[in-house]
Amino acid sequence: MSEIFEPLVPKLGVITEIRAETPDIKTFRVVTPDGEKPFEHKPGQCAMLSIPGVGEAMFSITSSPTVKEYMEFSIKKCGCVTEWLHQAEPGQMVTIRGPYGKPFPVDTEFVGKNLLFIAGGVGLAPLHSVINYCRANRDKYGRIDVVVGSRTKSDTLDYDEMVNEWAKEDNFGLHLTTDRSTPDWDGHVGFLPAFLTEIGFDTDRIAILCGPPIAIKLSLAALYELGFDKTQVYTTLEMRMKCGIGKCGRCNVGTKYVCKDGPVFRFDELDELPDEY
Amino acid sequence: MRKSLLTSVDSIFSKISESMALFLPVDDPTGRANYTRWEEGKKWSEALNTVKSPKDFFFPQVEDLMKFKVSGKNIELKNTAKIDEDFVVFGVRPCDVRSFDVLDNVFLSEPRDGYYAARRKHGIIVSVACSKPSETCFCHTFGIDPAGEYGDVTVWKGENELFWKANTEKGEKVMELISEFTESCDDNAADDIKAKIEKIAEKLPLRNLSAENFGGDKTDEYFDRPEWKSLSESCLGCGTCTFVCPTCQCYDIKDFNTGKDVIRFRCWDSCMYSEFTQMSAGQPRLTQLERFRQRFMHKLVYYPANYDGMFSCVGCGRCLKSCPIHMNIVKVMKTLGGKADE
Ligand code: SF4
Ligand code: SF4
Ligand code: FES
Repeated sequence: MSEIFEPLVPKLGVITEIRAETPDIKTFRVVTPDGEKPFEHKPGQCAMLSIPGVGEAMFSITSSPTVKEYMEFSIKKCGCVTEWLHQAEPGQMVTIRGPYGKPFPVDTEFVGKNLLFIAGGVGLAPLHSVINYCRANRDKYGRIDVVVGSRTKSDTLDYDEMVNEWAKEDNFGLHLTTDRSTPDWDGHVGFLPAFLTEIGFDTDRIAILCGPPIAIKLSLAALYELGFDKTQVYTTLEMRMKCGIGKCGRCNVGTKYVCKDGPVFRFDELDELPDEY
Repeated sequence: MRKSLLTSVDSIFSKISESMALFLPVDDPTGRANYTRWEEGKKWSEALNTVKSPKDFFFPQVEDLMKFKVSGKNIELKNTAKIDEDFVVFGVRPCDVRSFDVLDNVFLSEPRDGYYAARRKHGIIVSVACSKPSETCFCHTFGIDPAGEYGDVTVWKGENELFWKANTEKGEKVMELISEFTESCDDNAADDIKAKIEKIAEKLPLRNLSAENFGGDKTDEYFDRPEWKSLSESCLGCGTCTFVCPTCQCYDIKDFNTGKDVIRFRCWDSCMYSEFTQMSAGQPRLTQLERFRQRFMHKLVYYPANYDGMFSCVGCGRCLKSCPIHMNIVKVMKTLGGKADE
């Protein structure tokens, strides 16, 4: 009986752990009531989380598909569902359905390539699962560089993991910058787009760009200046969503639905869509 | 083909109602027709069509999806929907039957919407040919024939008789059910009626409205056209056009706290509303121009791009009749590139 009414009927989940990452970002670990990972996913895919009575919203899955025990979401406080989650405590149940969307082409177009991940602020959340997937399948990819721009050090998501794990690996470059200089920061200070120009990456790689619209726009311009082509740069789009399955019409941009045809797009694909996202 | 006397129509309705729910257009006291559950004394409306479209039967304006019990940190989930009884919708016009195909493409493509699929499975459509197509009709633009065979059963209405033809297995079942009131007749028996309908249809003012300049590959051609400004200028964003439209399928999902449970329900929504795409992070469609454009680009370009060239309009004319500022898809088509000789 319950089968036929999928896919809008969610599964139940339990938040088992909550970590404060920055002043306005927390990471939530979710398992099923039996303690298992809610479902399998691919890097870049999303899930609908809800608290009945509060609302349902789409989040990118932050943990890597290679993690088999749980699923994690790094969520910025912004809007009603996220505010509610930020005051929740471990043991809180939620509902979860997914996975939704087209993943990053980690098993096709990315294979054998050098990868350049560029994240502005919370834009690291959707990239986190991709980066860790690539680290877990290290021999499938060339050099990996990660560039992250945040407001200050305390606003930098996953700082410890990046510095203590990622940066110590071979053939891996970590480049951090903050908008403002603070006493706890002795790294690079300056905006993300200028930082990209300053480092001056070669174009022998695929770039993956995530963050607030303005950071994406300016970073993209910086990449073009370095000689990158549209077909080499990927990003994710954000639209309001309700169904997650291309039916409620909400996330429609031109002939595409961000929930099912995205959220991952290559810039040459975006060029074919009307400028309405 | 079979025929029945027009005078026996109430007996036929009564017979069908004995075994399943029957809905048909009935006039309300102000003379507007809407689908109503048949019961003794209800009269089948003479109106060409209903104010609200029959999409309600498969994609209800509001429907409960599930129920949650929330206590402290705990959540329990209950499936509430129960869709397991056959029903008959009688009197559906050809344009509206075609609108179900438009909705099927969306709701029945993978992942299939279970609620919609269950209703489609249990719904039996009796289509009735349009004896008097009106000046707001332009189904012909989308290749629909007001005298044609649609639905599980097609009915043609003559002066004193109804002519019936079953098109599907479901339709055969209905015909069997009412066989005591019908007798077999020549397959050409309704030809005169069809010819009469065609004669009226030929002379309709929108007969030559063409959709050939629209289609899936036209985003660039139409998206930035300056005419969107004048077309959308007076639009109130009331959403009436989307609510009466048989093919509009946008919906919202919301929670309602009864105090005891939380009911998650789905309801129609409208791309004409600013709320539709509003995010805490921003608003991709800032003015009514963008929302207005979305509605028509979707029907005439985006939808055909995704579904083999099929348009998401069936020419029912409801939006022509109900828009408070007299804006509608015909004006949009003519202004942007459709051809019509008036
Ligand atoms: S757009 Fe207007 S004419 Fe076309 S199907 Fe919808 S209501 Fe009918
Ligand atoms: S086009 Fe007409 S019916 Fe549709 S939203 Fe605008 S004013 Fe309302
Ligand atoms: S969220 Fe419903 S269509 Fe994309």
